[in-house]
Amino acid sequence: MTPFVFTKPATVNQALEKKSGNTQFIGGGTNLLDLMKKNIAEPEQLLDITNVLPNAIKATSKGISIGAMVRNSIITTDATILSQYPLVAKAVLAGASPQIRHMASTGGNLLQRTRCPYFYDTTLPCNKRNPGSGCSAINGENRMSAIIGWSEQCVAVHPSDLCIALAALDTVVIIKDKNKKTAAIPFNNFHRLPGTTPDKDNNLPANAVITSIDIAKNPFAKNCAYVKLRDRDSYAFALVSVAAALHLTGDIITEARLASGGVAHKPWRWTAAEVFLKGKKATAANFAAAAIIAAKQTNPLAGNAFKTEMLKGVMQTALQNCLTT
Amino acid sequence: MQKNEQGYSRRFFLKTSSVLSVFAFIPRGVKAFQEQFKNLFVRKKTVLPLTVSINKKKYSFKGVDSRTTLLDLLREQAELTGTKKGCDHGQCGACTVHLDGTRVLSCLTLAAMVPGKEVTTIEGLANGEQLHPMQEAFITCDGFQCGYCTPGQIMSAVACVAEGHTSSVAEIKEFMSGNLCRCGAYNGIVESIQKVTK
Repeated sequence: MTPFVFTKPATVNQALEKKSGNTQFIGGGTNLLDLMKKNIAEPEQLLDITNVLPNAIKATSKGISIGAMVRNSIITTDATILSQYPLVAKAVLAGASPQIRHMASTGGNLLQRTRCPYFYDTTLPCNKRNPGSGCSAINGENRMSAIIGWSEQCVAVHPSDLCIALAALDTVVIIKDKNKKTAAIPFNNFHRLPGTTPDKDNNLPANAVITSIDIAKNPFAKNCAYVKLRDRDSYAFALVSVAAALHLTGDIITEARLASGGVAHKPWRWTAAEVFLKGKKATAANFAAAAIIAAKQTNPLAGNAFKTEMLKGVMQTALQNCLTT
Repeated sequence: MQKNEQGYSRRFFLKTSSVLSVFAFIPRGVKAFQEQFKNLFVRKKTVLPLTVSINKKKYSFKGVDSRTTLLDLLREQAELTGTKKGCDHGQCGACTVHLDGTRVLSCLTLAAMVPGKEVTTIEGLANGEQLHPMQEAFITCDGFQCGYCTPGQIMSAVACVAEGHTSSVAEIKEFMSGNLCRCGAYNGIVESIQKVTK
């Protein structure tokens, strides 16, 4: 680890004033410390923001606001989330281990970096870690890589499970910048596709901080599911995951939401499949047809065509589980 | 030139001794240059004083490198070596400790972020000579073989029971998935947890 100065600001504004150049905020630290140990992240200064950011889950008139410092495990036991936004809790429970969920913050979950093995191996080229050096994964061992939205420069996938549920629901990311201005970024504009700048994961301005994640009220509490397929039963990153949410009137789908993890550089929304399901009956045949629509959009690499097939199965299972859970 | 009896001239003596004295100064010069160079390009470590409460006992450390993890603080400074270093990257759970009662990975926790919180390690579980029920259960149910992952397993298991995730074998396995055991003592570990839950 490269030496750094450690500071604990007393307020958010103080933290933002101190944020400049090669300074990083630290919350849970579960990803940042790992990256620092491998010298992938080498901040000159660490600002401990665990005491300055909102640490509560609040019900608001529009929905719910999850403070940026709320630890992931709190989300899985919060009564309001369990009763009105269960999809969020289901997704969090599918990720990491109990220890890591106790440590990781909600804001930090959005900012975690890819687990692409070439990003972690500092002896090999990676455009995300070292822009312009090339992508080792595109012609390398890429069974874990993206099947949609990738570019010649980067085929990495976003590792979060929480973010897949947030992408499926109407979420906004509330941020605060150095000038004490707050702004709301719609969730689907928060993370980026790699394009020609894979070193940038998201659209959070350099000197801003996430203060909360706000989810709008929705009719999906009764019929939602998160299905994640991985190399082992628990504590592994997704090969393919699907967050599915249905609003049913009788057996007619009034509205459908479908998002996936493990498939792209950002949490991926399957809007064409959602549009197809709208107004249709909630039947296995329609679920299968929606899954085919989604699968047709994918463009897998040499080593991960299996993910497209897997996506069909995971999506049908998730939609089916919406009816039973 | 006239030579003395031993065959060395005065000039030879002066020449050689001045060359040797120049050599004598080089190491200092090189070291100073290296230091200067290092200061320009290599960051200096910063140290901080830390007071941490571990197993209800106050420990004060004068100068802790800001990079120190809670795991290294426990093992190398507090000399509590019960907490084990497995992968040091948050993948194996061998370093699991409790922070204010919740289980966390000490390898991914900065020591500088711990003051003000209560750390409980495997050394803090037993009550004097009387083992914690989970420690007893691990012995009775063969919850280990080589024992390296055991402190982490036990800390995690105690928390797993406290969190109430013990309704079925599947639930126990899911909520113990952050602790790996390469000897494969999983069945014994699950049994131990069931035993304590009863």
